[in-house]
Amino acid sequence: MQNKYNLEGPQGTKPRKRLSGTNIMLYGTLLVVAFYYLLPLYVMVTTSLKGMPEIRAGNIFDLPVDITFEPWVKAWSTACTGLNCDGLSRGFWNSVSILVPSVALSIAIASVNGYALANWKFKGSEVFFTILIFGAFIPYQVMLYPIVILLREVGLMGSLWGLVVVHTIFGMPILTLLFRNYFTSLPDELFKAARVDGAGFWGIYFQVMLPMSLPIFVVAMIIQVTGIWNDFLFGVIYTKPDIYPMTVQLNNIVNSVQGVKEYNVNMAATLLTGLVPLIIYFASGKLFVRGIAAGAVKG
Amino acid sequence: MTSTSSVSIKHLDLSFGAVEVLKDLNLEIANGEFLVLLGASGCGKSTLLNCIAGLLDVTGGQIHIKGENVTWAEPSERGIGMVFQSYALYPQMSVEGNLSFGLKNAKLPKDEIKKRVQRAAEVLQMEDLLKRKPAALSGGQRQRVAIGRALVRDVDVFLFDEPLSNLDAKLRADLRVEIKRLHQQLHNTMIYVTHDQVEAMTLADRIAIMKDGLIQQLASPSEIYNKPANKYVADFIGSPSMNFFLGAVNTDGAPTFETAGQTIPLTGYEFVSSPAAGNAWMGIRPEHIVVGEAAEASDFKIDTSVEIVEPMGSDTVVWCEVMGERIRIRIDGQSSVEPGDTLRIGFDAARLSLFEKTTESRI
Repeated sequence: MQNKYNLEGPQGTKPRKRLSGTNIMLYGTLLVVAFYYLLPLYVMVTTSLKGMPEIRAGNIFDLPVDITFEPWVKAWSTACTGLNCDGLSRGFWNSVSILVPSVALSIAIASVNGYALANWKFKGSEVFFTILIFGAFIPYQVMLYPIVILLREVGLMGSLWGLVVVHTIFGMPILTLLFRNYFTSLPDELFKAARVDGAGFWGIYFQVMLPMSLPIFVVAMIIQVTGIWNDFLFGVIYTKPDIYPMTVQLNNIVNSVQGVKEYNVNMAATLLTGLVPLIIYFASGKLFVRGIAAGAVKG
Repeated sequence: MTSTSSVSIKHLDLSFGAVEVLKDLNLEIANGEFLVLLGASGCGKSTLLNCIAGLLDVTGGQIHIKGENVTWAEPSERGIGMVFQSYALYPQMSVEGNLSFGLKNAKLPKDEIKKRVQRAAEVLQMEDLLKRKPAALSGGQRQRVAIGRALVRDVDVFLFDEPLSNLDAKLRADLRVEIKRLHQQLHNTMIYVTHDQVEAMTLADRIAIMKDGLIQQLASPSEIYNKPANKYVADFIGSPSMNFFLGAVNTDGAPTFETAGQTIPLTGYEFVSSPAAGNAWMGIRPEHIVVGEAAEASDFKIDTSVEIVEPMGSDTVVWCEVMGERIRIRIDGQSSVEPGDTLRIGFDAARLSLFEKTTESRI
């Protein structure tokens, strides 16, 4: 840069070295970590695109010579899972019909819970909240059998709605905490102003709070979609083979002991199962980050 | 209660657990009066306002608005409008939506809502802002919308909770005048909470100075300034604050005040009751201490040497040590005083404030 004012010594923007020790360390570490996480994914994708002869050759790091989508088709529509041989497609739709009501119901209830706990403090609300949060720390395994009994008593054992109820209940502590903290971070005066303006419990919730809460709803949705979609334990315990979710079917495909192990089909099936949370994350990742950093909402 | 009373607070108590915030508080606010609740933070002034608004449940006592007992009424049923420090505008609604939200909740007919929003926008000169979202407004405009939200509801009582504290100094002065103009135009009862004494002095018909949940003095601005009821009020009001000397009132013959070997005549001082001897604080405002020729004509005069000079343009604050106390004197901004100069100062007994030493109340 030209020195317009004839100044001597350091001036203006401080120059930075591209190849400083810090930068090498930083990018070096990042590259190693990225490589470490991407390698399994690479193996899965390439293997799923190979035919069985190529896999048997044993070079798992090689790119596929003959790209074939056969394994994907087979995983989706004809792979055998226990009794049925119609692939993961059945499990996919089962998972969707478990996921949608579970996510909607748990978020709807938890957001109202959080709103009430944050804004409409009632006698014992703190105790109630503490108990609810405590629920998040009890291991699932302890509650498996009691829930079996409860579901049997109300006649929901083995049904889709039974599983929906279980997912909704288990999502409650963490989601309520999430929503309560978010609503607490919203300015209190906004709530007061709405009360002076004559809005009631639901009026304030729907017209004032909800429109300000998109980020936290996205966060809750991501947490729930990922959690419920990836759930295996509840799915295998509280449902029956007709309505097994995708994860259970995936297990049945991958762990089948009969015949040849079709690695390419297994890889394709696994990728297919993981696709939904992945898409949700990429579609709403920005909002997710924004919601985690919430609290910066100013009138 | 009298028929002219707009807001009347009777024996109000409020405590959060074991902490008593308001204790047996009584307050009558006349129709159309502009009352300012003034005090340092934590004195209970905002709490009192929230009680009047119905946003906090009281522990004991009653609140009447327009002759009606509203102690248990919902905020929206009390005939009040409230303006908050942080504006508290609904961020997802346009200005128009913000103004009409309360009216929609009250289920008013559409054309009536439109009419009222239009009128409020005219009064506050923001007709061209109606379609904007709060995020697209400046701080001053936002606060005007917040005032408008109270305005459209056609209420008897306006409550302001430090409405100007978030604005910069110039805007604060502008909006202060605007609130005053609004009050002269509407003649509503207004209750205004602030910690800024300039706002209190300029806006109020009466000021209630609060400390620890108690009203220390309730009087007109001039009375509060000239005859503070106790040492706390005297110290709180006025900038720079009042100078105090600890000494004793002597009533042998004509009353005098003795401190640090000096005798100050009190002839001309208006005692609350007949003068009594005893230890006391003497207070004198920096602007009531005179210098130069005026000092010679004063009831009491003394020489002092200047320590620090703070020129502020319109006037200058001089710090010096007198009778064992470091005091502030406010003199004309154009006078040339240097540190180290000898200054002849003086003041009149009529300008003094005397407070009993232990109770600190005015004598």
